[in-house]
Amino acid sequence: MQEFVQNLIYGVETGAIYALIALGYTMVYGVLRLINFAHGDVYMIGAFVGFFACTQWLPFKDLSQHPEAATLNVLLAIVTLFLAMLICALLGIVIERFAYRPLRNGFRNADAHFWGFVAALPLTAFVGAMTTTKRQGAFLAVGVIVGFALRPAMAYLSKKIKPSSSRLNALITAIGVSLVLENGGINVFGADPKFIPDILPKRQISLLGIEFDSSRVVILIVAAVLMATLRYIVLYTRPGKAMRAISHDIDAAKLMGINTDRVIAFTFALGASLAGAGGFMVAAFTNIKVVPLFGLQPGLKAFVAAVLGGAGNIPGAALGGLIMGVVESLVASKYPQWRDAVAFILLIVILLVRPAGLLGKNTAEKV
Amino acid sequence: MLVIQDLHVYYGAIRALDGISLTVNEGEIVTMIGANGAGKSTTIRTISVLVRPRSGAAMFEGKALHTLPAHEIVTLGVSQSPEGRRVFANMSVRENLELGAYVHHKKKAQIQEDMDKAFALFPRLKERENQSAGTLSGGEQQMLAIGRALMSRPRLLLLDEPSLGLAPFLVQTIFQIIQDINKTGVTILLVEQNANQALRVAHRGYVLETGRVVLADTAQNLLSNDSVRQAYLGE
Repeated sequence: MQEFVQNLIYGVETGAIYALIALGYTMVYGVLRLINFAHGDVYMIGAFVGFFACTQWLPFKDLSQHPEAATLNVLLAIVTLFLAMLICALLGIVIERFAYRPLRNGFRNADAHFWGFVAALPLTAFVGAMTTTKRQGAFLAVGVIVGFALRPAMAYLSKKIKPSSSRLNALITAIGVSLVLENGGINVFGADPKFIPDILPKRQISLLGIEFDSSRVVILIVAAVLMATLRYIVLYTRPGKAMRAISHDIDAAKLMGINTDRVIAFTFALGASLAGAGGFMVAAFTNIKVVPLFGLQPGLKAFVAAVLGGAGNIPGAALGGLIMGVVESLVASKYPQWRDAVAFILLIVILLVRPAGLLGKNTAEKV
Repeated sequence: MLVIQDLHVYYGAIRALDGISLTVNEGEIVTMIGANGAGKSTTIRTISVLVRPRSGAAMFEGKALHTLPAHEIVTLGVSQSPEGRRVFANMSVRENLELGAYVHHKKKAQIQEDMDKAFALFPRLKERENQSAGTLSGGEQQMLAIGRALMSRPRLLLLDEPSLGLAPFLVQTIFQIIQDINKTGVTILLVEQNANQALRVAHRGYVLETGRVVLADTAQNLLSNDSVRQAYLGE
């Protein structure tokens, strides 16, 4: 019994993280009918922002040597949380602006610029690998020049790309963005695992014979606060209402004078910031290794959670995440080898039994 | 007020408009009539920039609409009540009306004033203020769509099939309200399949066939035109 409750608590905590990621999937699906497969990698970036903030950017103190610095560390951890959310939000906006928007509205000159530089990156990385690491400034210069030189070529190519409403194109683009982030991450951060040191005082909480780690509670509380904030934004603020309007009917939203591109960017920023918060918390509190493929598994499982709750349905994503976490935790306690498989069994079952998801509505047309 | 010049619009390879030209003067009710697929809705969708023309122009008070992003059209004073009503079914009547005033979000007093006006025009909406729009009947949804379009204080109101699927007595009411709105100084471009009713309330009319204007005259002349009577009035 105690073991069961303990696993339940772990499940709820894992589920809270899945829910944070799933919300981003479901909101973007709501406004664009796009499964943003790069979303799990935004979660990875959140973990890396956390890693760099905790080890280099911010003056965290080693608690084993300076036990009095606990308060300072807690404050810095809150700063890091917001930093991870902010950087991920910006990344979300960049992804939407340069990958998905040109596909929707056609390429502009700024897009050609951007992709010129992106195309120059592997070239400069190659040049970099060929020479000594002392001349990094020179590589950067080469990169800028090559990027500039590639710009007209990109502009020419982009003229050939017609805007398209094809969902398949958007999906393939999403997978492409995911690959860019993962392999770009390997290039920039390196593939070696990194660990965030213990930055917060840890305590074993013992309650009626059930033992669990205090950091689990922190994850739960922060996730709950973030989800409550999101709920407020979506239900009561102007951009939130615009989001719901777009999600229901994008053309009707345009007729209201809603700047749909801006609201879509806002949606990406919102979802990405939640994923970033999740990435940082998991990396900081569970001693898991931070690698560029950090977001792959959780991203896929959160995607399943979003489908489970009903794609496009915001409370559904939160519910789906929780269910996923609990089921996974309970199954893993008895049959550890089924931990990852159970998520996808769940996906198959839900697609067979209730394809619209638990809270999703079957969209029958009213005539 | 609104000048449309030689509009050509394609959906992929399919030609929807084949050189439509029309004008709407301030204070008028102008109607476009025609069969399914004649290009009435496409013309209205092009004015609101939900589709972009391959060539031709839509000018509102001298400004080109077809080069602007869709959301800026409302700011200029053109709003649309779309075909099929397209209300936000998962939101309340009040929220729908508030979204209609999206571009005026800072003017709280104006929004309340306009909402009172909308409720005065459609008392049924007042009764259902906090009900979600999806639970309204077809007629009520149509009222909501028109009320919502009025919330942006348009000077030109585009109405796409406001009588579609409504009970006959409601059709009468809707056309009466269209005239009332016009009397408050709002210019109206009305798309209708119900040619008979539309021509009775309109000042002028255009008859569309396969993406072209085949006839343009005063509404009265069109009502007594033999070919119009045969093709669209069922006589």
